[in-house]
Amino acid sequence: MKVTYYPGCSLEGTARDYADSIEAICGFLGIHLEEVPDWNCCGATAAHSVDHKASVELAARNLNQASILPNEDLLVPCPLCFNRLRAASWALEHEEGGRYSFRLQPGIPMIWDLANFFGTESMLKELSLKVKKPLNGLKVVCYYGCMASRPPRVTGSRDHENPQSMDRIVKALGATSLHWPYKTDCCGASLMLSRPDMGYRMVGKLYDMAQRMGAEAIVVSCQMCQSNLDMYQERIEAEWGRKFAPPIFYFTELMGLALGMLEVPSWLSRHFADPRPLLERKGLLP
Amino acid sequence: MQSTGSVPDYTFLDQMEAAGPFHAAECFQCRKCTSGCPATFAMDLMPDQVIRYALLGLKEEVLRSRTIWVCASCETCTTRCPNGIQIAEIMDYFKELAVREGIPSPVPQVLALHETFLDNVRQGGRVFEGSLLPIFFLRSGQLREKLRKGTWRDDARMGWRLLRKRRFALAPRPIKAREEIRSILRPSKRRGVLP
Ligand code: SF4
Ligand code: SF4
Repeated sequence: MKVTYYPGCSLEGTARDYADSIEAICGFLGIHLEEVPDWNCCGATAAHSVDHKASVELAARNLNQASILPNEDLLVPCPLCFNRLRAASWALEHEEGGRYSFRLQPGIPMIWDLANFFGTESMLKELSLKVKKPLNGLKVVCYYGCMASRPPRVTGSRDHENPQSMDRIVKALGATSLHWPYKTDCCGASLMLSRPDMGYRMVGKLYDMAQRMGAEAIVVSCQMCQSNLDMYQERIEAEWGRKFAPPIFYFTELMGLALGMLEVPSWLSRHFADPRPLLERKGLLP
Repeated sequence: MQSTGSVPDYTFLDQMEAAGPFHAAECFQCRKCTSGCPATFAMDLMPDQVIRYALLGLKEEVLRSRTIWVCASCETCTTRCPNGIQIAEIMDYFKELAVREGIPSPVPQVLALHETFLDNVRQGGRVFEGSLLPIFFLRSGQLREKLRKGTWRDDARMGWRLLRKRRFALAPRPIKAREEIRSILRPSKRRGVLP
């Protein structure tokens, strides 16, 4: 199966671990990723905050570039990129589309959030057949954040208040996904850089709830959520005066583990909060 | 927030809706937007008040508020509003309008991050994290603050860990269509011209 792939800027840098895990599991599952030719930054929060027109056009250029390839599906691992690409296609297809100096080319593929792509019935069935090392006994909460779900007008989400894709995936891998109320609460996104005090408070709230629910780790599908939840743990603990330190997994890393892929520890070694001791205790480390 | 007693601008709603439509006039003040907002603790006007003020033509108050800048763009308000009002999009519109009208952001770090990010994209078509953060820290005054408080050491340690873990691209990988990107994204001085 061939799909078009829009990795986005972070996956070339700080989210290298996410990129590695995606490329490896797709290779394993026979999904061939073809990168959007000469793709550009989607504009992210910065563009939609202070230059609306550019935010639509930057994202739209990527869609037109994607239409060059013949594939039907466009995989977008970063939920913010996913959201911006969808928002652009929404903006251009509606009444006010004429405001922008862009037209969408015919043949734009279906834009997929990565977790939703792997969370379809058929994918889950295939996945459960291929599980070699079920993640029995691992108790996690799935954290979706904002941009894969909201606003549903743009994302097309039908379970935006209680999304299920990652929960289904994690269960198919044999782990336990606990119910918790903060699945789609915001991690502060780029405020972690511009207003770290706000970020610490917003992320601390998530740790606190995950801990109360008895989660041993938090599973994410967003590199922005991952870095916000993973990189500042010491400072957040100092701020809250409490110990949290949960490992923050990408769901694709858990897929790699359950599929028996030997390179998983090298992805995990790039995290700040090292998940390996937990996996060791559970006997889940390859 | 204290009212500055400015003269209401009764054309404000029309201006706003011409850039939308955001359907602000349909607000019946249920405050659902505010109830679900994760950033109210840092806001001076609550999200429902922003909408109310806008309806009342209190343009100055809205454009000078901290709220529009500390909004995390999480889209919870837009998603939950029973009247389909695009509150998060309105927050963006106000930020852009404030920039265009030369109203200084009361949370300058936030604007500094956006501007640094967009300049970075203009250069190579993609973000290069290696120069984004240092320039942002410099531009936002955070570097001076970090030097004064001594917290720069934590950041240096974090940068070093990222580097060691090979989570930093060492050089930018500019795209071919940089000219096209520059025609889409105006330089910050000329930004803020709404469609
Ligand atoms: S949720 Fe909608 S209708 Fe209710 S106060 Fe907010 S903007 Fe107004
Ligand atoms: S988008 Fe902004 S105003 Fe709306 S709920 Fe999120 S943080 Fe609050």
